[in-house]
Amino acid sequence: MAARKSTKKTNVSADELLQFYRDMLLIRRFEEKAGQLYGMGLIGGFCHLYIGQEAVVVGLEAAAEEGDKRITSYRDHGHMLACGMDAGGVMAELTGREGGLSKGKGGSMHMFSKEKHFYGGHGIVGAQVPLGAGLAFADKYLDNGRVTFTYFGDGAANQGQVYETFNMAAIWDLPVVFVIENNQYAMGTAQARSTSTPDIYTRGEAFGIPGEAVDGMNVLSVKEASERAVAHCRAGKGPYILEVKTYRYRGHSMSDPAKYRTREEVQKMRSERDPIEQVRDMLLTGKHASEDDLKAIDKEIKDVVNEAADFARTSPEPGLEELWTDIYA
Amino acid sequence: MTMIEAIREAHDVAMAADDKVVVYGEDVGFFGGVFRCTAGLQEKYGKSRCFDAPINESGIVGTAIGMAAYGLKPVIEIQFADYVYPAYDQIVSEAARLRHRSNGDFTCPIVIRMPTGGGIFGGQTHSQSPEALFTHVSGLKVVMPSNPADAKGLLLASIADPDPVIFLEPKRLYNGPFDGHHDKPLVSWKKHPLGDVPDGSDAVPLGKAKIRREGADLTILAYGTMVYVAEAAVAETGIDAEVIDLRSLMPLDLETIVASVQKTGRCVIVHEATRTCGFGAELMSLVQESCFYHLEAPIIRVTGWDTPYPHAQEWEYFPGPARLGEALNKVMED
Ligand SMILES: Cc1ncc(C[n+]2csc(CCOP(=O)(O)OP(=O)(O)O)c2C)c(N)n1
Ligand SMILES: [Mg+2]
Repeated sequence: MAARKSTKKTNVSADELLQFYRDMLLIRRFEEKAGQLYGMGLIGGFCHLYIGQEAVVVGLEAAAEEGDKRITSYRDHGHMLACGMDAGGVMAELTGREGGLSKGKGGSMHMFSKEKHFYGGHGIVGAQVPLGAGLAFADKYLDNGRVTFTYFGDGAANQGQVYETFNMAAIWDLPVVFVIENNQYAMGTAQARSTSTPDIYTRGEAFGIPGEAVDGMNVLSVKEASERAVAHCRAGKGPYILEVKTYRYRGHSMSDPAKYRTREEVQKMRSERDPIEQVRDMLLTGKHASEDDLKAIDKEIKDVVNEAADFARTSPEPGLEELWTDIYA
Repeated sequence: MTMIEAIREAHDVAMAADDKVVVYGEDVGFFGGVFRCTAGLQEKYGKSRCFDAPINESGIVGTAIGMAAYGLKPVIEIQFADYVYPAYDQIVSEAARLRHRSNGDFTCPIVIRMPTGGGIFGGQTHSQSPEALFTHVSGLKVVMPSNPADAKGLLLASIADPDPVIFLEPKRLYNGPFDGHHDKPLVSWKKHPLGDVPDGSDAVPLGKAKIRREGADLTILAYGTMVYVAEAAVAETGIDAEVIDLRSLMPLDLETIVASVQKTGRCVIVHEATRTCGFGAELMSLVQESCFYHLEAPIIRVTGWDTPYPHAQEWEYFPGPARLGEALNKVMED
């Protein structure tokens, strides 16, 4: 069950590239706006931005089909936008308003969508991983050909329940893609200070689960690997692990000044490997789009994000009775 | 100094005095803790005495129990009390019970520190007050300081204690007292008398409450952040209440509580945690058992609601001076 590195380039159409550009840019601009609203005091508490990691979820979603499920941690805004959840509803949840996807009950870390098969944002590190296997179990039980994308971080990869889940997913041949979003840090702790193996996906070998490391700054590499993983699951061969090597540009959350790494480290990643810039280059050098085309897309996205922010500012506070609803049936 | 600095100093004093003291947890070593409570300790004492743990609470607590059984004194941090549940089995089934089931051969002198409570817009996974989940378990001690001086002294006592201690740090108090008036600017500990933390290694004994305000008409039992809410409610209602800061829930200073309620004849209990089966229920029973014939009114509990800790309606949930003040007035009228 040797793990392999993905190297070859996927053939991709101009339309698809443009879509990737749009989807990643939406996440980036949305997160920048969330950061601004946070700075203005409209969002409080914990807010974890996805900036830098956009190619991960956009590449994964490119391999998803209708009915496939996704579940992730608290760093969840990107996942929701990428699976088509409403930007206004996400932003209004950040501001804790009635129009938020959880009606102000969940906040940044806890949103859900039945329609988009998004089983949440979860604030407790690692807790979503067994849930993801449970979703996959249900799909297998129903024999419906669906897969579940179960996302977690490099830090979460040290929780014991992850390995309980690997074992169960393997013995039950569950159609689950474990996506380890390895952004090299768990809060202030660099991976090497907390994790025994540099390549976390190799831990799957002990359970007989195949996996591979993927360049998470390149959306095409992510897409290609995702297709492989999904094909494996849909063929009934059980779980698959993708360790997507990525990087978060901002602090762990809005209250983290990120003093545990150097400015140069972040700057290097941004200037040399930015996922959006890479696609932008491909679009321009391949003559799939002109500067003007891209400007038009930027504008379009800016409008979507501004509208989301306006909605999040003007949607009313939830009524006090909401404190008492949805605790029991 | 702030409560953060006081906690750091207690670690420093204990580590200097006893090389069996080791300190670890998530982000605790290199980074010095997300709240900075262990900043500088790794530089001073080296990586074998202050270090980072992976994110695995069960493993953190479990390894500490093993170390302690063999004679070390681990002081470990669970980054937020809300993350302790993966470790709950180790705390209840192993830490709390090791002494009894080994007939005293093996013991578990560990301190598990955890920031607790709300008031920081943390929502349901960063605001909980789980003290009753620990006070309910025989074999555990449970401590909650409300100010820097006590934080240092109680932490030193907890580290010296021969049994497992759950050390709950009200995170809303880390940088200054907080009375529930969230729209007022933060007052720093540097400008508060309890921010004057004594030098040296004097411990504040576990099981001793502190009367923060003497009064004749009514007794308020509080701990953590609620001590300041109680002081504010007393000032705002003008009721001559005695405010008791319990400081340690297990062991509990029942003597001080009973003496006060027998004097005042009235009692209000306040905590942030949810109401049903909260620590207030235990306090209410104890006061009723010991002071029934002295009581002139039913005891009232002012608590968080029986709901998940909210994201959007934090100040409706958080028992502030207005809600407590109403209860004080009611008990005086009854
Ligand atoms: C059980 C639990 N322990 C600790 C935390 C605090 N915490 C939140 S995020 C985090 C780091 C997680 O890092 P990683 O899994 O790499 O995800 P990333 O934040 O990098 O996306 C920690 C320690 C938590 N929320 N839950
Ligand atoms: Mg990480």
